[in-house]
Amino acid sequence: MALDSKQQLDTLDFKVVGTRPLRPDGIDKVTGRARFGADITAPGMLVGLVLRSPHAHARIKSIDTSAAQAIDGVHAVVTSADFEKITDDDFTADILDNCMAGEKALYDGHAVAAVAASSGAIARRALKAIKVDYEVIDHVTDVDEAIKPGAPVLHAAGGNESVPECSSPNIMARYEFGHGDIDAGLSQADRVLERTYRTEATHQGYIEPHACLAQIGQDGQADLWCCTQGHYMVRNTCAAIMGIDQGQLRVTASEIGGGFGGKTTVFLEPVALMLAKKSSRPVKMVMSRSEVLRATGPTASSSVDIRIGMTKDGRITAAFAELRYQGGAYAGSPVEFGAMSAFAPYDLEHVKTVGWDIVTNRPKQAAYRAPGAPMAAYAVESAIDELAKGFGLDPLEVRLKNAAREGTVASYGPTYPAIGLEATLRKAKDHPHWTAPLGENQGRGVACGFWFNFGGDTCVSLNITPDGTATVSEGNPDIGGSRASMSMMAAEELGIPYEKVRTIVADTGSLGQNEVTDGSRVTFAVGLATIEAARAAKREMCKRAAMTWGIDEEAVEWKDGAAHPAGPNAGSHPPLTLAEIAATASNTGGPIAGHHEANPEGAGVSFATHMVDTEVDPDTGAVKILRYTVFQDAGKAVHPDYVEGQFQGGAVQGIGWALNEEYIYGEDGILQNAGFLDYRIPVASDLPMIDTVILEIPNPGHPYGVRGVGETSIVPPLAAIANAVSEAAGVRMTQLPMSPPKVLAATQAD
Amino acid sequence: MSKIHVTTSINGDPTEYLCDPEETLLDVLRDRLGMTGSKEGCGTGDCGACSVTMDGRLVCSCLVLGAEADGARIDTIEGMAEGDKLHPLQRKFIEHAALQCGICTPGILVAAKSLLERNPDPTEEEARYWLAGNLCRCTGYDKIIRAVLDTAAEMREAS
Repeated sequence: MALDSKQQLDTLDFKVVGTRPLRPDGIDKVTGRARFGADITAPGMLVGLVLRSPHAHARIKSIDTSAAQAIDGVHAVVTSADFEKITDDDFTADILDNCMAGEKALYDGHAVAAVAASSGAIARRALKAIKVDYEVIDHVTDVDEAIKPGAPVLHAAGGNESVPECSSPNIMARYEFGHGDIDAGLSQADRVLERTYRTEATHQGYIEPHACLAQIGQDGQADLWCCTQGHYMVRNTCAAIMGIDQGQLRVTASEIGGGFGGKTTVFLEPVALMLAKKSSRPVKMVMSRSEVLRATGPTASSSVDIRIGMTKDGRITAAFAELRYQGGAYAGSPVEFGAMSAFAPYDLEHVKTVGWDIVTNRPKQAAYRAPGAPMAAYAVESAIDELAKGFGLDPLEVRLKNAAREGTVASYGPTYPAIGLEATLRKAKDHPHWTAPLGENQGRGVACGFWFNFGGDTCVSLNITPDGTATVSEGNPDIGGSRASMSMMAAEELGIPYEKVRTIVADTGSLGQNEVTDGSRVTFAVGLATIEAARAAKREMCKRAAMTWGIDEEAVEWKDGAAHPAGPNAGSHPPLTLAEIAATASNTGGPIAGHHEANPEGAGVSFATHMVDTEVDPDTGAVKILRYTVFQDAGKAVHPDYVEGQFQGGAVQGIGWALNEEYIYGEDGILQNAGFLDYRIPVASDLPMIDTVILEIPNPGHPYGVRGVGETSIVPPLAAIANAVSEAAGVRMTQLPMSPPKVLAATQAD
Repeated sequence: MSKIHVTTSINGDPTEYLCDPEETLLDVLRDRLGMTGSKEGCGTGDCGACSVTMDGRLVCSCLVLGAEADGARIDTIEGMAEGDKLHPLQRKFIEHAALQCGICTPGILVAAKSLLERNPDPTEEEARYWLAGNLCRCTGYDKIIRAVLDTAAEMREAS
């Protein structure tokens, strides 16, 4: 499947891949025609709305829905009593409990009931008529407070078997990775740095709120339209919750208005299906922004202890991290990924990480771009920077000295194949940004980042049309230009122009299982399946040509969009183009198609180095980003515009996380900033241009050398900016976000 | 509560509708008129995804009542292209890959058009401040700003 050697990858002569064609969904998206989650309607549809808990932690003693049901225009009311309990699958049971609270409301905004009515106004009135009898109980929202003795307990059953006995019941799991002997390594150091770093929870902040439209017949056949990163996941989860066959639920993904991991689970969909079932009408549900912030996403907040030893020439002798992540009210914070990725960029003899998965009275966390890695990298890269600067060493040189390379045994276990970390560091060191002068109150920071990348279940069908064009059906919502990339790879392989291929995102009835659009997997895995599907179609077309010519099919080769007689038959017949073969397909065996199903390994890990200049206003503590450069390995950039876009978008989300964004809870456990005015994501006037440098160290696991690029770009910014701000402010910053009051307090305390 | 009868013009088309007194222009456009090009990202005027112009003035349609459109001229993303001829901003946004998911794109295009009508030669800083009310979470704004400045240059050359 993959190419045999790196040499072959290096000599691939691309005609389409690596160019910058216009995206196929461009016109729809600049004219307003593209249909996103909330843009879908159905005849006779009702409006569905959710009643949410106003308490951070409360036992639900009873819910009286009779008054709501009595209102004209109300067609269904749903509570947890309408859903069958799930007893054999904790993961799905938690998702259901999050979609509709069972015995307890576990956070401010937790869904407790839902209505479907003939208008939004009637639905809102019905929500007010639902009487919930709450018994409010003590709550906890801070990760470190949650594991203190006497802290309010969310789940009496406590954590799994990995958690030591007598631990806090709010610890759900413990993870450990590493090798070597930390104490022995630390004893060789000239300095051991110990620090604790904290980050706040941030939201993925997609501009499109969650939305869906559900309908279900008496015969159990159901249809769902929704904005999601994975409609196959939606199908499987909803089928399990509704107790229907997966094959009976057809899910169609709308255009998706951003996800960043936050749309890799369900919130509304099972509720909409239940409302549709009870009302026998289509039901549409759309969240408000406040609901999005209170009840979906966010990522974990973290508290991380670091202990790193370094010699005075910059060699890391041992590295230890203890990571505590709270992932909201249910097990599953991304601390395992944090513990795995923390020291992944480095070649270390003695390394150990311990991760603790902690629950608090906050919304159930959802994946956010490289989930778990940015907070770990923030702590590690801050500590390395402080050590390097303490010894008067160049922070890029120190990273180069310790960088993981091909053959390095990673801190989380595997041995690396060819990787690009060193290349990004060298490129950064040679870049004019590194030596550009800085002014007063300005500082420059660098940091490295790592992400695993992923393959996953993937199906692609490629059909040759009678007029000699191609259609590609894939099962992954296009979140940032992937239809363009798929069309490019299909065109490359078939030898026809990009414009002759159209890629669509097919519904769940049209293809087999497809993993969610996550793990930076789509260009890698779906691209690989697209290439293999095209190769299957080419084999079939060579067969048809052989049949036409009356020669052995082994003696036909595909070149430049046509079948050519090869070997002893070379030149015996004029080539048959794809269009010519397609035109006569009906007479040579019927329609021509290729398909490929796989769970490809070999996604190829990804590394980046970021460099940033900041200026701190000594009077206000405000931080300005002056200059930003991303250096990242893309393996092979299929469409460089969209690779740059991933680098830039990830960097800017990281800027928001570092400087402004945070979930702020009051003493009452209520989210204080559930809107875009107070939860402030970066705006255009906050930022400079984001420069990008694409490196291409081919991934041997992909036919064209592609690595995923989507997630790594959010891993380094937190630390890179913290290092820059610490230099500019003259004081080490160990808590995010570095908002003006915090920076001011730190500089004034110094 | 009785509905209000509104006579207005949308993208130059004479339009009439009935709306509730508290109904926003955005809801009227999307739910009554089927014009879903304007998006609701927040409903509080913070994200700009619902940007339209009202008698030439850039507004968040989620902060305007449907009833206020009476007698006014409303222009939305659906009216930005002339037939099959894209507005230069629309073309440049595609050429510069200035969109990823595309949910903020209609609002940003409407806002950018409004900028170029007032200031055909904006500096980068002016473009960034004009668009500061339009949130984009995908792109980091880099390619958006480049597309706007490049469009401005092309339009100046053409005029």
